[in-house]
Amino acid sequence: MQYAILIYGIEGVFDRLPENEQERAMEKHRELQRELGEQGALGSVARLMDTTTAMTVRQKGDSVLVLDGPFAETKEQLLGLYIVECSSMDEAIEQAKKLPLEIFAYEVRPVGWGGGTLAQPSADA
Amino acid sequence: MTSAGLEAILANARPRVIAALVRHFNSVDLAEDAFQDACEKAVRTWTDDGVARDPTAWLIVVARRSAIDGIRKSRRRVGLLEAAASVDEQPDPEEELLLQLDQDELRDDVLRLMFMCCQPDLPLHDQLALALKVIAGFPVDNIARAFVVQPKAMEQRITRAKKKAASVATRLETPTLQERARRLNAVSLMIYLLFNEGYTASGGDTHIREELCEEAIRLARLLLMLFPAQAEVMGLLALCLLQHSRRRARIGEDGKLIALEDQDRGKWEQSAISEGRALLEKALRHGRPGAYQVQAAIAAVHCAAPASDETDWREIEQLYAALEQLQPSPVVSLNRAVAMSKAFSAEAALRHLGSVADSLSNYIYYHTTLASLLAETEQFDAAAAAYERALQLGPTEQQAGHIRERMRFCEKRRIKSAPSVG
Repeated sequence: MQYAILIYGIEGVFDRLPENEQERAMEKHRELQRELGEQGALGSVARLMDTTTAMTVRQKGDSVLVLDGPFAETKEQLLGLYIVECSSMDEAIEQAKKLPLEIFAYEVRPVGWGGGTLAQPSADA
Repeated sequence: MTSAGLEAILANARPRVIAALVRHFNSVDLAEDAFQDACEKAVRTWTDDGVARDPTAWLIVVARRSAIDGIRKSRRRVGLLEAAASVDEQPDPEEELLLQLDQDELRDDVLRLMFMCCQPDLPLHDQLALALKVIAGFPVDNIARAFVVQPKAMEQRITRAKKKAASVATRLETPTLQERARRLNAVSLMIYLLFNEGYTASGGDTHIREELCEEAIRLARLLLMLFPAQAEVMGLLALCLLQHSRRRARIGEDGKLIALEDQDRGKWEQSAISEGRALLEKALRHGRPGAYQVQAAIAAVHCAAPASDETDWREIEQLYAALEQLQPSPVVSLNRAVAMSKAFSAEAALRHLGSVADSLSNYIYYHTTLASLLAETEQFDAAAAAYERALQLGPTEQQAGHIRERMRFCEKRRIKSAPSVG
């Protein structure tokens, strides 16, 4: 079963951490990616650019609007995500716990359907 | 939560919280003190209970209360303990404010605060110092170091600037559309100048200069977050990011500036370049070109070249031509001439330079550019004279060394190309 681990936090806070703390947080990510990679359980991982780079597409009446900015103004923003292969929700939560928890929160959510080359575990897994 | 994590959250919330408090109290000093108080309470509360879900809202409510309590206390001379208790007995501040905090209002609050700092009757450095102190919360010592001023003198200047700005702030109502546009322009310019302050100056404390650039980027991000559909704000942020991407390559181990063509492009920060390009692409969709967008586009063309001699100078020349239309200035024309010399010929560039000779007669870079174009067209006497003029204008030691080297080259070529006597 695949799970999405969605990373939430307040945009701009991570950049204000001292370099060594940033590095410590990134090391946790690299460790998890290494571990999942070795198990062939890393579907994909992405760090998203700031919400200021985002655009939102939605229909209004008969026309399609393309708006500047994220889907919704929220207090915490979606900053990145993992798609991982885990045997259970418990296991997916355990994986999320390995990520830096200081200033981030993680939404763990089962994937209903996944496709595309980017979302697949590597072919030899 | 480590103290660094808490500090990062508090610093990030600062501009919004201060902005809301300045509107509420009509006083920058009171707002700053109340924010400081709220931060201390936040550290005590959040260390044990975890950070509030909405730190900004929490800080605004707690700061308002602490300021009001402060005022009451000074009126009634209530004891400290009693005052503290009155704060703690209140209901959860966050919940209360979630109902009240109007995002549109907060957006105009932040714009008002930024606009307040960039009043035209304040000298530029005072505007920037005020913004750094009040919005970003920079310590006065750091601001003093950035502008190479004694801390004491900086403190006095900020106090004066604050007073002047405060008298303006009281008159700032919710803006009309035109007024909002005017404020956005003024604030964008201030952010641009803050970035340039960190970017263009050489020597001095490079670390603090880099901080100025980073703060300018933060302010541009904040402005864009609040006004997400402003193409020129996108352009401004893109421009800052694209220029900042080169910071590791721009300064040599000896602390001297390295010219664009000599930089190690492997040291350019690709993530900043990608973000700058993404923002620029978004801005261009609006079809409302502006000076920041065009300058960002020029920077993006430079960033796209894998090597200096692969730069698309024709594109850059066209962009400078557009910039000449949008924001005519002799320096822009000078830059266009440089692009012309690379894209077309030194002769074309010299012709274009003719139009700005008078206005740039005291500008070193004009004379060095003119000299190198003259040398390229083998007018070595005239080139040497232009270098001589550049030397008289007080170049830095590094520039002077480079100019003398070029002069010797012209001298040699002049002798070689002179008709032999006898």
